[in-house]
Amino acid sequence: MTVQNLIDSGKFGTVNVGGDTARGITKPFCCDLLSIAMGRAPEGCAWVTVMGNMNTLAVASLADAACVIMAEGTQLDETAVKKAKEQEITVLKTEMPIFEAALEIYRMLNA
Amino acid sequence: MDDVITLNYEVSPDDFTRAGEASSDVKSKLKQMGVNPEAVRKVAIAMYEGEINMVIHAEGGRITVEISPSEIKMVLADKGPGIPDVDLAMQAGYSTAPDDIRSLGFGAGMGLPNMKKYSDDMVIDTTVGVGTTITMRVTI
Repeated sequence: MTVQNLIDSGKFGTVNVGGDTARGITKPFCCDLLSIAMGRAPEGCAWVTVMGNMNTLAVASLADAACVIMAEGTQLDETAVKKAKEQEITVLKTEMPIFEAALEIYRMLNA
Repeated sequence: MDDVITLNYEVSPDDFTRAGEASSDVKSKLKQMGVNPEAVRKVAIAMYEGEINMVIHAEGGRITVEISPSEIKMVLADKGPGIPDVDLAMQAGYSTAPDDIRSLGFGAGMGLPNMKKYSDDMVIDTTVGVGTTITMRVTI
């Protein structure tokens, strides 16, 4: 499943559509501590988090996540939205809790 | 060696909006040079952790990156407080980061362990009250 497929599924709201939406998603990844995410986020993951500051975007970019998903109705702050646009990172959003959002992606990946 | 490329960065103190800029820049340059993606990812992660540490603990500092055909060498030098107990600082989960840093999602005590994990070689040279220089190498 590509990032574009995930966007097109309509299951998540769109905050920013990034540059490489043809990129395949490897697996969902859940973490809110950036220090842990930095070391553990798998390459190409769909990273589900409630941490919406601009360091989230820096970690997503440096750790090579395919996209970021803001769960529990959390928002990216204004600086972070700007950073997402600049760095062309796809950011989606949902009211679902983190686990359910990740489970949904897992099911779509394994459908 | 002739074909060593050197990059220099200043890390600003207490500026979390800019933390990561140096690492991002190195990452994109390495990608352009066609360095293998796994090495690029290792450099990006190790250097970002170091950059964040300099912002949190050391009032910024200077990063020098040397790219040669065989390896990427990163030297992160600061004039911060130094690390009194390096073995303790290397333990996953140990952190002296203040609460405001933790609220940003950092301070989990994973910085130095991540740097060691993602570099092929790491040397810490630190003196309390003088500063810390960390040298990391990633083999290409």
